[in-house]
Amino acid sequence: MTSPRPAARPLAPTALVALVVALATTGCGEPAVHAPLPQAPAADGAAVVPVDEMKFEVPPPPFSSPDVFPCSECHDAELPPNPKRRALTMAHEDVVLHHDEEHRWCLDCHDAQDRDMLRLANGTLVRFEESYRLCGQCHGDKYRDWRAGVHGRRTGSWDGPKQYLLCVHCHNSHAPRFKPIPPRPAPVRPGSIR
Amino acid sequence: MSPEISRREFLCVVAGCAAAAAAGGCSDVTHTPYFRDNFRDLSKDEVAALVADLERDLSAKYGKDVEVSAQGPRAGVQFAYALDISRCIGCRRCVYGCVEENNQSRDPQVHWIRVLEMDKERGIDFHEANPYYDAETVPRPGHFYLPVACQQCENPPCVKSCPVGATWRDDDGIVVIDYDWCIGCRCCVSACPYGARRFNWGEPTLPAEEMNPKVHVLGNRPRQKGCVEKCTFCVHRVREGRYPRCVEVCPTGARKFGNLLDPSSEIRYVLEHKRVVVLKNELNTRPRFFYFFG
Repeated sequence: MTSPRPAARPLAPTALVALVVALATTGCGEPAVHAPLPQAPAADGAAVVPVDEMKFEVPPPPFSSPDVFPCSECHDAELPPNPKRRALTMAHEDVVLHHDEEHRWCLDCHDAQDRDMLRLANGTLVRFEESYRLCGQCHGDKYRDWRAGVHGRRTGSWDGPKQYLLCVHCHNSHAPRFKPIPPRPAPVRPGSIR
Repeated sequence: MSPEISRREFLCVVAGCAAAAAAGGCSDVTHTPYFRDNFRDLSKDEVAALVADLERDLSAKYGKDVEVSAQGPRAGVQFAYALDISRCIGCRRCVYGCVEENNQSRDPQVHWIRVLEMDKERGIDFHEANPYYDAETVPRPGHFYLPVACQQCENPPCVKSCPVGATWRDDDGIVVIDYDWCIGCRCCVSACPYGARRFNWGEPTLPAEEMNPKVHVLGNRPRQKGCVEKCTFCVHRVREGRYPRCVEVCPTGARKFGNLLDPSSEIRYVLEHKRVVVLKNELNTRPRFFYFFG
C-alpha cells in the first residue's frame, strides 16, 4: 500500500488516490477528501480505490430533528427490534414510505442491531454520512454520475475542491421524488417595461 | 433646425479643451470612459488606471468598497456549460441569482437568463415556448423547461455584427463586451439567434445595498443606459476558479460547468456519457452551452 504523499501537491490525482487509500485503510475519521472519478491506475502504480471505498466530504445528514440521532438513545436494550412489517405508531409516524414500498421496509436499510448505522445488502454497516453507498446499491447510474459531479448540486471550484451533498439532502429517503416548489416571479413583458 | 451652437463651434471647443488638457499635462481625461481606447488596445498601465478609476467611482457611488478585476483568460482553459433538461424544474432560482450576482438593472428589468416553458408533447419548439409562465408550483405537469442565456458561441454572430469591435470572444471562450466602447446600435441583439443579449433602454437602477461589490471590467460592473449586456459565465468568478452563480443556486443541480480541456472535468463527463444537444445547431454558431438528458 502506498503511503500518502506530502501535502505539497494536494491536487495531484496520484496523491489524492493515495490519500484516500490511506484514509480508508487506517479508518481515519476525517474523510475530508474530494475524490474525483478517475478509475485508471495512476502513473506511478498507486493502488486504485474501489468505488465502494471512495469517501466524499459532505455536510451532516439532514435528520428530521436534531435530537433524533443517535437512534440508540431510544432503540436500546429495552426496545428490542420488531422485524414485522407494520405501520409505525409508537414513533416515526411522519415516516410514510413512498420508496418502492411494496418491496422495501425499514430494516432493508436500517440495521436491526446497531440502529445508529445503515446496512448494505451484503451486510456491511455504513454510517449515515456515507448513505450514498446505500442508495448506490440500487441507483448505480445515479451514483456514478454523482461521483463524477454530474448528478446533484456542486458548489466550490470548477478546478479545485467541490462540496458534495448527500442524496438525502435533496431527496427524502422515505419519499424520494423531488417535490414541486413555487417559482420565482415571471419576467416583465417587454410592453410593460417603461 | 437651429442649434444653439453650430457643429463647427462645438468641435472647436472640444478640440481646444483636449489641447489644453494635453498641454497642461492632465492625463485624467484619457481614462474617462469617453476618451479611453477599446479595452483590447489598452496597455497594462492603462488597464490598471481604468481599474483604479472604476474602483474609485463605483465605491463612491455605491458607498462600499468595490473591488474591480480585469483578470484575463487563463492558458489551457476553455470554458463550457451543460444543463440537464431532465432535471430543470423551471423555478427561476438561476434567473434571480444571476441578477443579484451580476448587478443587472432592477428597473427597467434586465434578466440575462430566460427560462422557456415547453410542452412535452411538442418537444423543443421556440415558437410555442412561454417565458412568462406562472404557477403555484413548478414543474407544471406536461411541461419541461429550457433556460436560455448566452451560448458563448465559438462562431459568434454577435461579434461579427458589431460595427465597432466592442464585443469579442476571449481566449477562454467567453464572449465579452466593452460596455464603454459599445455604441448601442443593437446589431448584436438582432444578430444573436438565441435572444441572449439585453439592451439598457433606460438608466439602470441598482439599489446600493443590493450591489455586488466584486466586479469585473468586462463582466458584472454596473452598466449605463445605452449599452448591451449579456451572460459572461460569471467571468469574475470563473476566472478565479469558482463556479458561476447559477450553477451554485440551482436547487436540482441541473447546471454543470467546467474546462473542456480537462479530461476529468464534469463537462467532459457529460459530453462523453450523455446525450447532448446544442440549440440551433444548423446555424453553425457552435455553442459552448450544451443541453443534456441526465
